[in-house]
Amino acid sequence: MKLLEYEAKEVFRRYGVPLGASAVASTPEEARDAFTKIGKPVVVKAQVGVGGRGKAGGIKPADTPEQAQSVAKQILAMRIKDLPIRKVLVEERLTIQHEVYLGVIVDRASRCFIILASREGGVNIEEVAAKTPEKIVKYNIDPLRGFRSYHANGVAKRLGYNGKKMQQLGDILMKLYRVAYEMDAELTEINPLVETADGFIAADARLNVDNNALYRHKELEAKFLESFEGELTPREMEARAMDLTYVELNGDIGIIGNGAGLTMATLDTVMLYGGHAGNFLDLGGGANPERIGKAVEFVLKDNRVKALFVNVLGGITRCDDTAKGIIDARKKLNDTKPIVVRMMGTNEEEGKRLLHGAGIETDDTMEEAAQKAVNLAKGA
Amino acid sequence: MKLINKETKVVVQGITGTQGRFHTARMKEYGTKVVAGVTPGRGGQEVDSTPVYDTVAEAKEKHGCDASIIFVPAGGALDAALEAMEAGMDPVVVITEGIPVRDTIELVARARQLGTTVVGPNTPGLIKAGESKMGIMPNQVFKRGSVGIISRSGTLFYEIAAHVTNQGLGESTCVGLGGDPVVGLDYIELLKWFQKDSETKAVALIGEIGGDAEEKAADFIAVGGFTKPVAAYIAGRAAIPGKRMGHAGAIIQGSAGTADSKMNALRGAGAFIGEQPVDVAKALKKVLG
Repeated sequence: MKLLEYEAKEVFRRYGVPLGASAVASTPEEARDAFTKIGKPVVVKAQVGVGGRGKAGGIKPADTPEQAQSVAKQILAMRIKDLPIRKVLVEERLTIQHEVYLGVIVDRASRCFIILASREGGVNIEEVAAKTPEKIVKYNIDPLRGFRSYHANGVAKRLGYNGKKMQQLGDILMKLYRVAYEMDAELTEINPLVETADGFIAADARLNVDNNALYRHKELEAKFLESFEGELTPREMEARAMDLTYVELNGDIGIIGNGAGLTMATLDTVMLYGGHAGNFLDLGGGANPERIGKAVEFVLKDNRVKALFVNVLGGITRCDDTAKGIIDARKKLNDTKPIVVRMMGTNEEEGKRLLHGAGIETDDTMEEAAQKAVNLAKGA
Repeated sequence: MKLINKETKVVVQGITGTQGRFHTARMKEYGTKVVAGVTPGRGGQEVDSTPVYDTVAEAKEKHGCDASIIFVPAGGALDAALEAMEAGMDPVVVITEGIPVRDTIELVARARQLGTTVVGPNTPGLIKAGESKMGIMPNQVFKRGSVGIISRSGTLFYEIAAHVTNQGLGESTCVGLGGDPVVGLDYIELLKWFQKDSETKAVALIGEIGGDAEEKAADFIAVGGFTKPVAAYIAGRAAIPGKRMGHAGAIIQGSAGTADSKMNALRGAGAFIGEQPVDVAKALKKVLG
C-alpha cells in the first residue's frame, strides 16, 4: 500500500525525522491559510500516488498567501496521469545546498532490509544508480542484530560526512529504519533529503507498506482501497473490493485459473497461439462454487471479452465446484459467450459431467484448450 | 541443507485447522510418517488418530519427530517456525500464505543462524516421490523417477510434474520455493543439492517474473555449478510491468524481472526453454530417453 507524501510525512514526523513546516489543503482557501500559518515562502505540491508530478506541473512555488491560493487552485484542478488531485501539501521552501538520497528497502536476494544512500540525490537518482553505481552506498541490515548507531554512522561516513553532520545523518538513518521496521514497509524513502545551512530536512517522503502486514496497522486499513487509485484501473478496483486477484489486460479472451503460476502460464499459452488475454484472474487455493461463480460473472460481464478460458488444476480447488460456479454464473447472466474449460485433478469426472450436461466443452490439456479459446474469440 | 525421505518423522503445526487436518490425511495416504500434531491449547486431543500436543518440544520428546510442516495462520506463523527451529526440526516447511515480509526476514535469518532448512513460506512444500510428502500437492501426480523439480509456483509445478510423469520419467525430489518475495531457499542451493543427488538425472526449473533468482541460477549453471541437463519454463511473458500477478513476488519492476531476461539467461547457460509447460517434459524425455 502506497502512502501519499503527506501521509508518509505524518508517520515520519512521529518518528522525529526532520521536516519543514507544512500543512495539507483541500481547497485554495485552505492553501492561503496554510501560507499565513507557515509565514514564509512555500512550495505547493500535488498529493498523488504516481511519479513525475514535478514534470507534470504539480509542484509550484508561492511567495504570498494570494499566490499560494491561486497555484493551489490550478493544481487542484489538474489531473496527473489521469488522476484527480484532491489535496495539496503547502510546505516551507528550503534553500538547498545539496540533495541526498536515503532509502530502506526489502532486498529479495539478501533476504533482509538494506539501506541505500547517495550524495547524488534528487530526481535523477535512478540514472545515478544505473550509470554510476559506485555513488550508491549499500548496507545490509542483519535482522538478528538490528541497525545500530555505529552502523548508521558508518553509512554516513561512507557518504563523506564527518563530525556533527555525520551524527545528524546517522540519526536520521536510524529513524528511517525504525519507520521501515515498525511500519512493515517494503520501501521507505527520502528523496531528496536536503542539506541546508542548519542541517538536514526531508523534502519528500515515500512509504509503501506491505499489504500482508496491514492487520498490524489498523489506522491504514480504512485508506487501503483508496490507495490503489492510479495503480489500479476502475475494473481492477472493483475486483479488489470483491477480493478477487485480477489484472486487466488488453485482449479479448477472459482468463481464470487457480494459482498465480498456472494462470500466468495460461496467458502465455494463449499468446503463443496468437490470442490476446483480456485479463489475469487467479482464484487462489480452495475456492468454493460461490467464489468461482463470482469470478466467472465478473469476467463475462466485461464487454471486451469474447470468449472465456477457465483452467483449473484441482487440488484443494475441486473440479465439480468449479463446474457449478461456471454454470451458475452463466445462468445468472443469461450469457452465451463461448466458454472453454480445462480441468484436471480432484473430482475431475464429476466436474466434466456437469459441464457437458450444461453444454460447455472441456479439454484435457492446456494447449488444446488455449487453441480452442483463441479460435472461438476470433470467430466471435 | 536437509530435505526428506521415508524415514522423516513429521510434526504438523496447526493440525487442528481445516487445512492442517485435510493435508495431514493426504500426507499420511502418501506414506509420510506424520507422528504428531501441535496446536497450543489442544494438547491431549487427536486428529484422525494423530496425537496433538501444545508444543513442538513435547511432540519431539514423545515421538522423536525431526521435521515440521506449518499450517498456522499468517499472524502466528513466525512464532510457530521459530518454535520448530528451536526444537531442532529440520527441514521446516512453511505452507502459510500472507506472512508479513518483516516476519519472514526474521524467520530466515534465524534459520541461517541455526543451520535449519526452511522451505517457503507460501510454498506447496516438497516431496520425495514414492516416499514422503511434506506439502499440499496432489498425490496422484507424482511417480518415482529421475527428474528433480524446483518451482516458485504451486499449480504450475503440478502441471509440469504431471507431464513429466506422463512421459514415463517420474520425479526424484521436488521442491516448491514459495511465491513470496523473501523465501528460505533459492534455486542455487537446490541445484547444488541436486548435483550431488544420485537419484536425480535432470532438473526441471519452473520460474516466473519478478526478482532475479532465475538469472542467478543461470549464472550458477553457466560457470559449471550444475552439470546435469536443465529444462526450464518461465511464466509471465504476457504480464504487464508494475502489476503484481497474483504472487506477492511476481512483479516486473522497471526492466528487471521480465520473463525474457530470465529465459535468455537460462538459454545462455545451456538450459532448454519450454514455450509451453508440456515442452519441458518432452525435452527431458529426449535427453533421458
